Amino acid sequence: MPDETPTTEPSADDASAVVATAEVPPEPDPVVAQLAARFEVGLGDGLRDWADAFGHLVVRVRRDAWRPAAELAKRDLACDFLSFVAGIDWRPADKSEGDEGGDTSSPVQPTEMTFGAAGAEGRFQVFAHVESTSRHWGVTIKVDVEEANPRVPSWVGVYPGADWHERECWEMFGITFDGHPSLRHLYLPGGFEGHPLRKDFPLLAREVKPWPGLVDVEPMPGGDEEGGE
Amino acid sequence: MTTTQPPSQMPGFEVDRAALAHLADAQVNVELDTGDMILNMGPQHPATHGTLRLVVRLDGERVIAADPVIGYMHRGYEKLTEFRTYPQVTTLINRIDWLSSFANEVPFVHAAERLMGIEAPDRARYVRTILTELSRIATIYLFLGEMGLQVGALTPAFWGFRDREHVLNLIEGATGGRFHPNFNRIGGLKDDLPWGWVADCRAAMDRILTGCDDFEKVLVGNEIFEARTRGVGIIPAELGAAYGVSGANLRASGIDWDLRRDGQPYLAYPELDIKVWTHADGDSFARYWVRLQETRESARMVLQLLERLPSGPVMAKVPRIIKVPEGECWVETENPLGQMGYYVVSKGATGPFRVKIRSASFSNVSILPWLLRGVYVPDVVTILGSLYFILGDIDR
Repeated sequence: MPDETPTTEPSADDASAVVATAEVPPEPDPVVAQLAARFEVGLGDGLRDWADAFGHLVVRVRRDAWRPAAELAKRDLACDFLSFVAGIDWRPADKSEGDEGGDTSSPVQPTEMTFGAAGAEGRFQVFAHVESTSRHWGVTIKVDVEEANPRVPSWVGVYPGADWHERECWEMFGITFDGHPSLRHLYLPGGFEGHPLRKDFPLLAREVKPWPGLVDVEPMPGGDEEGGE
Repeated sequence: MTTTQPPSQMPGFEVDRAALAHLADAQVNVELDTGDMILNMGPQHPATHGTLRLVVRLDGERVIAADPVIGYMHRGYEKLTEFRTYPQVTTLINRIDWLSSFANEVPFVHAAERLMGIEAPDRARYVRTILTELSRIATIYLFLGEMGLQVGALTPAFWGFRDREHVLNLIEGATGGRFHPNFNRIGGLKDDLPWGWVADCRAAMDRILTGCDDFEKVLVGNEIFEARTRGVGIIPAELGAAYGVSGANLRASGIDWDLRRDGQPYLAYPELDIKVWTHADGDSFARYWVRLQETRESARMVLQLLERLPSGPVMAKVPRIIKVPEGECWVETENPLGQMGYYVVSKGATGPFRVKIRSASFSNVSILPWLLRGVYVPDVVTILGSLYFILGDIDR
């Protein structure tokens, strides 16, 4: 049928049909879009990007808009409930090449650095989730953190519950929260060195002894060497 | 030498006139100079249910500052998830809140299912809901008894352990594990319910409902219980929310918010008739009362679910090797202790790239430095008890 008469009308129809099925991203949830608009109005160019992640709004803000974003969420969007503050290291984990004696079973992640919803710049990000107990919506707010000088303003003045979350994030990722009343260790003993949730911090248990779960390399006690492969 | 002197006339027992005068002074409220004292409660204190340590600065019997020291049981689950495949992660997260392990699995499995775009069949959804509610009952029921123990009533504690056993037997009957079922699979459940289970479940729910009445008769209205819990440890609603206090602790402060009804729809809750209980007072008593009503509500919910239990498969069609497409997803659920959520970041591999575990007790306990300021030492015990935390849920 397309060979016979290449008129313009059906081809335009075809094109629109293709676009409709494949290229137009799913409509964002109206609530999500409206919440994003509130951030756009309130923060101006402090808002870097936003995305709809399975019905939840994810916004990424500039570092100087990190605390204003919390104030905006609490005051204007009725987000009175702090769910968590956490960090993420987007860098791929170090893998021992050839798996010699190292980890043999852990899932292989892509080796290039990619970023999640609403993007990122550089390796570290802090993200937090706040919710409204009256309006029943929630927002995840992300901020990029410089790798050389990892620090962001603290949220403790807005959400007092951020205290422990920021202490945890500080010891796990080495990100400093300016204005936090007392950044000290929360989970780890005082003299602990390193930041365990960074991707370049090895899981020592797996380094010392290969994971026996995938292939049982140890011979069974008392048996022949049948278990070895 | 034998003597028949009464002790008060023995040497060393003379009445010290100066001390008497001092006592008289104390009686007319002359402030005595007492230095601050640092008291370590825990890590092995019975009221801490494990290894929570509270460093308390005291002025006499009054707390002027409290600093919870956590991490004695930190197991690093967020790091460990990065070294496991998705099906392996459920084994780990079973151990976060070990009293309601099944409820822990649900949000994680949901996050993976949402990212993969698969949905569990109806029957699996219903059975998951039933088992979640059963683990809620098992968890909270223990609290209902233990709270009596905190104020010196032994009997309710035994009732709590006795009747919880019926529920644990049900969970064991369906899943094979009393505490750590590991029964959820991405796309459904490991197995269907065993034969005769539904009838057993009905009978157990009747026992639970009777048991709740017993608790109410014995503790609510009891003079000692009310004196020790009413007006003690009041959490103001806005402050509680800003600290991230959730679940029954927040509803006891008057915030009408329950993720089963108000959150993103999950499991079979949208199809159920749910009553959310709140209390205006925000004190230890309110937290007890709300949990008591919620346990009844859960039992009624289970009975509703058993009536409507659909037939069909319990497992969706899922690829043999589970790879979760790139993306990130936040799933939160109303767990027995409060809001539990997982922020799962996937990069298309067989295991997660990063999992942020939001556990309820962590935030619930983080309000303690504020809440304990100015209370008396014996009330510390009841406040800790009424917040109801599980150590694994704090330390992760």
